[in-house]
Amino acid sequence: MHRFANPTRFLRIANAILPWSVAVMVLSLAVGLVHGLVLSPPDYQQGETVRIMYVHVPASWMALFVYTAMAVASFVYLVWKHPVADLAARASAPVGAAFTVISLTTGALWGKPMWGAWWVWDARLTSMLILLFLYLGYMALAGAFDDRQRGSKAAALLALVGWVNIPIIKFSVDWWNTLHQPASVNPVGDSGIAIDGSMLVPLFAMALAFKAYYVTTMLMGIRREIAAAKARTLRLAEVQG
Amino acid sequence: MDQLIAFLDMGGYAGFVWSSYGVTAVVLGGLFVSVWLGLRRDERTLARLQAALGGRRRGRAEQAEGADPSPAPHSASARPGPAGITPRTADNGEPA
Repeated sequence: MHRFANPTRFLRIANAILPWSVAVMVLSLAVGLVHGLVLSPPDYQQGETVRIMYVHVPASWMALFVYTAMAVASFVYLVWKHPVADLAARASAPVGAAFTVISLTTGALWGKPMWGAWWVWDARLTSMLILLFLYLGYMALAGAFDDRQRGSKAAALLALVGWVNIPIIKFSVDWWNTLHQPASVNPVGDSGIAIDGSMLVPLFAMALAFKAYYVTTMLMGIRREIAAAKARTLRLAEVQG
Repeated sequence: MDQLIAFLDMGGYAGFVWSSYGVTAVVLGGLFVSVWLGLRRDERTLARLQAALGGRRRGRAEQAEGADPSPAPHSASARPGPAGITPRTADNGEPA
């Protein structure tokens, strides 16, 4: 049966972080929405549709970030058998899938007025769709076995192998001729940050809000998994007398 | 008023801009609520199980000691009782 190395200690840390992550989420969301919808100017080419960027881009960043976090947690679980790492990966998957859905949907809503098409099969969009299937596959696999640990191991392997898609998504706009534009916020690349400060404020505020949202939902998800695992152990102890 | 209409119109792209924010709100809000409700449900189930099991264990111990009727110092009487729990029928799908 699943034994927790130290869930009590983890729960103490999680409960200490939760109020702060909620506060950061609410505050940065307020700043991001006010700046994104009201204070920031329309784009000189894209007009008001540029406001879609303030949800589309942070959601896409998070879709990649959460998958990477999930892959790291899966690695920690596979190598050191750390049970909380497995729970962290399991709790991350739905959040990452949600961000991927938002990225794809808002991308279509931005593509229609600016490109004239809801969807094109270019490298960026296609690799992002594959990311969504990886998230869904992870969740299906993690829950597919009666023996929970087998599900965890199989899903962790999928998360690790699937990580190869992350650099493909990131560099798809440089490696191939895509309709999707290349990154405008690229601190390490040649282009640097090619966005005006008035648009960076809502962009980074929303990015911070989404990151705090991830931390909050993941910690709540791990807490939930720990409670469920303890309940399973108790039921098992009862059945065995 | 005109300003508000102009704001809501989003330069003619109202449908695209507001749907984007709407989809984001619905997806993130829905997931948040579902995780929150699941957390509450699982932690309540655990509390109920712990109360039920703690009660049974104490009951057995008292029997062994000669059935002292006085409540134990750490009585579980303040906690919800074992009502609603039917042990031995719990189907958890776990291999023993």
